[in-house]
Amino acid sequence: MLLLVLVLLVGGAALYLGYARGAFERTQQLVLTADDSEGVNVGMDMTFAGFPIGRVRRIELAPDGNARILIDVPLKDAHWLRTSSVFTLVRGVVGSTNIRAYTGQLGDPPLPDGAERAVLRGDTAAEIPRLMSEAKQLLQNLNAISAEGSAVNESLAQLKGFTEKLNGKGGAMGALLGGDAQAQKLITALERSNTLLARLDGLAAKADTQVFGSDGLVRDAKTTVTQLNAMLLDARASLKQVDAVLKEAKAVGENVNAATTDLGALRADVETSLRNVDGLINELNRKWPFKRDTEMKLP
Amino acid sequence: MASALRSLQDNLGQLGRGGAQWSVGWWHVVKVGALILVLALSRSTWRGAYRAAIARHVVHGTAGILAWFALMSALTSVVLIRIVIVTSQSYGLSQYALEMMVRVLVLELIPLTAALFVALRTTVPAGADLVRLHARGELEALQQRGIDPLRHELLPRVLAGVFAVLMLAAVSCVIAVLLAYVAVYGFSLGGFVGFTRTLGHIFDTGVSMVFALKTLFFSLAVALIPVAAFLRGRQPGLRRGSAELESLVRLFAAILVIEAVSLMSNYY
Repeated sequence: MLLLVLVLLVGGAALYLGYARGAFERTQQLVLTADDSEGVNVGMDMTFAGFPIGRVRRIELAPDGNARILIDVPLKDAHWLRTSSVFTLVRGVVGSTNIRAYTGQLGDPPLPDGAERAVLRGDTAAEIPRLMSEAKQLLQNLNAISAEGSAVNESLAQLKGFTEKLNGKGGAMGALLGGDAQAQKLITALERSNTLLARLDGLAAKADTQVFGSDGLVRDAKTTVTQLNAMLLDARASLKQVDAVLKEAKAVGENVNAATTDLGALRADVETSLRNVDGLINELNRKWPFKRDTEMKLP
Repeated sequence: MASALRSLQDNLGQLGRGGAQWSVGWWHVVKVGALILVLALSRSTWRGAYRAAIARHVVHGTAGILAWFALMSALTSVVLIRIVIVTSQSYGLSQYALEMMVRVLVLELIPLTAALFVALRTTVPAGADLVRLHARGELEALQQRGIDPLRHELLPRVLAGVFAVLMLAAVSCVIAVLLAYVAVYGFSLGGFVGFTRTLGHIFDTGVSMVFALKTLFFSLAVALIPVAAFLRGRQPGLRRGSAELESLVRLFAAILVIEAVSLMSNYY
């Protein structure tokens, strides 16, 4: 019984490990070529979208000096690989190297068995020396900036002086005007302005009294306006009278006009009479034997 | 000057005698191993009373300690697995936790502890039993009854030791692997594919072979060395206790060498 259990345990473990190592799977082969196979181990996975779909079976050196990485891809996973698939070999700073497959067009024809593809390499560790040199340069720049007598140091020193002035007697004003004496002058000017303002205040109060007070200008003006109003009323009455006079004058004018019309008729009558007189005289002259001056004098 | 030379001479002589004794001891272990192998491979060993004796010793040697050892190794495994998981998570390296657990527990610790456990609980007492039987003259009595004492008493004890180590290691490894799976993925079958793949990575051909050979040699060392000390008989000038101590030291040295060789094969 115990022997059977042991045999079962050991046999089961062996079968399970065989299954785990893909011993019972049908596979197809893929060959990746790289200029450097550092970090690639036999047995490591090739992943597609994070899922292992293949296992490195062998690594060999090709006659042209490139490394050939032989990968077994189980047939059930082989459909993820297409003719347009791209393979990368990425080496991180921590952890193992990864072989990854990317397939953009899943509609392309499937990758044939034994296909050979070049692998794209990305090496984080190789970036470190470049990064270090750049960091070194950056540190040198920082050193130059923070060195004795550098522009930043000078600026900081001046800033320090400025803040000292700010904290000094004259405060921000002294710092802005360039010295305590200047600040003092400004303070004196301000004090004098204050005095002046106080005086102006008194003056304004007096003006207020004079203008708006009980005997102020405003009251006088008000009385004047009342009187002016009365005067205007009088003027309006006078104007009304003038209006009546004018109306009468107009009537007189109209009468005169009528008289003038009558005068015209009168004149015409006079003229007619005169002509008649003239004709009579002329007649008399002709019939009267003595010839005399015919000219007749008008009255 | 003369006394200094004499003391150097004495020391060298002692060293030489010690070295010779040590070599003879190991040679004796190899001889017993060969004897046991021959006995185990001969057909007559597996018949009748011998077969019953082997079965009895195997069951007695294993069944009594299997449950205890499985429980103890499961508890230790849970603690170690927890430590590894928490530590790897705190460093952001949890993807390597499973591999590390399997390597540390299954490949290294469990076979070693199984071998030591069997040595202390089964094979060293078995060696002492043989000494007692010999002292009581029971072995001679067996021989007089026409029963081969080597086949009836020695071989079953050695085979029981070998079997116990293999059984304990196998059961504890399976338990540790299951516990590791549960600790990482919980009670869900979702991680089975990834887990299988990780195990496939760890147990490549070389590692599997080293693991199997290491466990086998552990079991052989544990089963043979204490019994071989008995067969060698009492050494003149050595007390009984010191002979047992010597066999224990020899056993630990053998286990250490096997472990060192396996580590070198796996990681160098």
